[in-house]
Amino acid sequence: MNFDFTEEQKLLQQTARDYLQEHCGLDVCRGVLESGGAYSEALWKGVAEMGWLGAAVPEELGGAGFGRLELALIAQELGRALAPIPFSSSVYLATEALLVFGSDAQQKTHLPRLAAGERIGTFALAEGPGRGALDKPTTRLSGGVLSGTKFPVADATAAGLAVVVAQGDVGPVLALVELDGPGVTATAVGSVDPSRPLGRLVFDGAPAEPLAKGEGLAAVRHLLDRAAVLAAFEQVGGAERALELTREFTLGRYAFGRPVASFQAIKHRLADLYAAIQLATSNAYYGAWALSTDNAELSTAACGARISASEAFDLAGKEIIQMYGGVGYTWEYDCHLFYRRAKSLSLALGSPGEWRDRLVARLEA
Amino acid sequence: MDFDDTPEEAAYREEARAWLDANAERLPPGKKRVGAFERDDLLPQAKAWQAKKADANWACITWPVEYGGRGGSALQSVIFGQEESKHDVPPYMFGIGQGMLGPTIMAHGTDAQKKRYLRPLLRADEVWCQLFSEPAAGSDLAGLRTTAVKDGDEWIVNGQKIWTTGAHYSDFGMVVTRTDPTAPKHAGITYFIVDMKAPGIEIRPITQINGSKDFNEVFFNDVRIPDENRVGAVNDGWRGAITTLMNERASIGSGQGLGFGIQQLLDLARQTEWDGRPAIEDPSVRARIADFYWKLKGLEYTGYRALTSLSRGTTPGPENSIGKMVGAPLRQEMAAFAIELQGMAGATLDADVTWGRGSAQQSWLASPGLRLAGGTDEILHNIVAERVLGLPGEIRVDKDKAFSDIPTGRAR
Repeated sequence: MNFDFTEEQKLLQQTARDYLQEHCGLDVCRGVLESGGAYSEALWKGVAEMGWLGAAVPEELGGAGFGRLELALIAQELGRALAPIPFSSSVYLATEALLVFGSDAQQKTHLPRLAAGERIGTFALAEGPGRGALDKPTTRLSGGVLSGTKFPVADATAAGLAVVVAQGDVGPVLALVELDGPGVTATAVGSVDPSRPLGRLVFDGAPAEPLAKGEGLAAVRHLLDRAAVLAAFEQVGGAERALELTREFTLGRYAFGRPVASFQAIKHRLADLYAAIQLATSNAYYGAWALSTDNAELSTAACGARISASEAFDLAGKEIIQMYGGVGYTWEYDCHLFYRRAKSLSLALGSPGEWRDRLVARLEA
Repeated sequence: MDFDDTPEEAAYREEARAWLDANAERLPPGKKRVGAFERDDLLPQAKAWQAKKADANWACITWPVEYGGRGGSALQSVIFGQEESKHDVPPYMFGIGQGMLGPTIMAHGTDAQKKRYLRPLLRADEVWCQLFSEPAAGSDLAGLRTTAVKDGDEWIVNGQKIWTTGAHYSDFGMVVTRTDPTAPKHAGITYFIVDMKAPGIEIRPITQINGSKDFNEVFFNDVRIPDENRVGAVNDGWRGAITTLMNERASIGSGQGLGFGIQQLLDLARQTEWDGRPAIEDPSVRARIADFYWKLKGLEYTGYRALTSLSRGTTPGPENSIGKMVGAPLRQEMAAFAIELQGMAGATLDADVTWGRGSAQQSWLASPGLRLAGGTDEILHNIVAERVLGLPGEIRVDKDKAFSDIPTGRAR
């Protein structure tokens, strides 16, 4: 039984934590949120120099040649720091899609630049409110051109490359499209979490090609499963940080002559939040094991990781505001950064409700 | 990251399996080892199996060799248990004595006590019970009122214990008593070994809400206990009691494997019709099943994290303390949902007509007990908050008062 990360992997995680403590205090997230900028360019550069963008990319393609376990721990640390960079779009989704489904030529063309951070990638699935763009997208890829509208798309205006879920000639397909080419219009759309910006992508005959091995619904789902595990670590990291801050605050805040943290109304809820985070962590670990070993369990493991991590971070985001009390509801305090990020991450990749349905479908199979 | 044994673990598993295969039949696939609940009738078989294990040095694997154990690690004990559960052997009915009371005697008992009691306890020649809770002392165990008064070389014990598992078939018990009511409550407690066949002990079964009789009330009427049976110093019994309770938390676990499981719930949801379609097609049903699944799996995988710590020779982290706190209410919710799935027929409890022979209903009736036994939900929340998160302890208004001055009921 070895259901844990190695000492080397934990060392890498500590390095990531130290780096982010120095370069990504919560003021960095707030800076992006308040400026209306797309992301922190300084942090993006730094993260690229640390080699994290290409953590899972082979060295010959410009990456660091680690595996998904290392990437998962980096994700957890980025989550703790509420890092305002397009990491999830570019790494868990665009880079991962190319690694898993790209041809040699596609990988050679795109992965070195993605790994170096010279180009930002993203993933376009949704087509407005509701669900259904997974099975039956209206965006079409035909004759080498892409047409349709994707909305919302994370990091749409910052990205130069997108992996788009489109209807191909025989079914859903993962299409690769350059966003600075002809026939593409990217516009920003307001977000509940402006530190993780959203946009709209309109394709009007944009040149595009399918990812070589990315045809069919199964491919799209597999990509989402992989990203879900990595995102779960980011969510767990955010939830852990929120719990730590809430603990510190309620220990220091006195009411009725006692620390607020001494009341059972607070203690028991923090115990519940701790439990939610542990359940999410354990599910995320299991997902990481399945992802790193290409095990068939990934399809259920990803659902468990996705739902539990969304639940844990969402709970943490609500509790941090409630337990800080009035100040938690002010713009000035950082509580809302967690509240926003938790919701934003739980809706990316499809809402938890969709994942619940998918989990039961897989248990039925 | 993997779920494989290390080479040493694999060798140990092989050794355990070889002995088990030579001494017991393998269970057919899908069949589970019989549980101890409500199976007092199997006590002779359970004792015989324990003696067989003891004679081959497979009993109480974590006990030190000097007391008849194997001197093995916690993980080795888990490995043996995993292999044993694949065999058709009698239920294990000695966890309280071997998991909690034996280690207490090792830590606080006299040499004579260790010599006299540990070997028969390990072999289950003698069965033990734990006499802790009282009608007015449950979560607040140190509020116990059973008294022991010194009389020459003996103590005379009077009072009532409750929720005593196996009292009716036990040979010995360990009882905590009040010996100095003028001292603060934790400072006036003394711990004894008591012969359960002694005159003045009366045992009455408790009928639970599900009709089972897993526990007893035990009345002490002028029961005489020799002073040589005292465990630890006079008025210092709380220390020994804490040792016992620490071992209890380690052995009660999450209640996993008990009650209505996720596979049964899936079967039920497939086989039950809602408006002409299987209930599992209903989105509200799917959402609930999904949530039960990740919570149960989260507990299971958290257990793997603890096993990994054991495998590495380190102490499991605090994450395992959520097991019973999450698992017990979850069992109740699952059973209640399974009943609701059955519609109006969910209110029936009749093995001949109720789905699954009424297993969901039985689990629902048993589940409130899981939330109370071995630390209530509320106490477990306090434990996680205080010991794991380091939040302040409860304000104790009775801590420094003489026990006899502590209010015991509403003032009139």
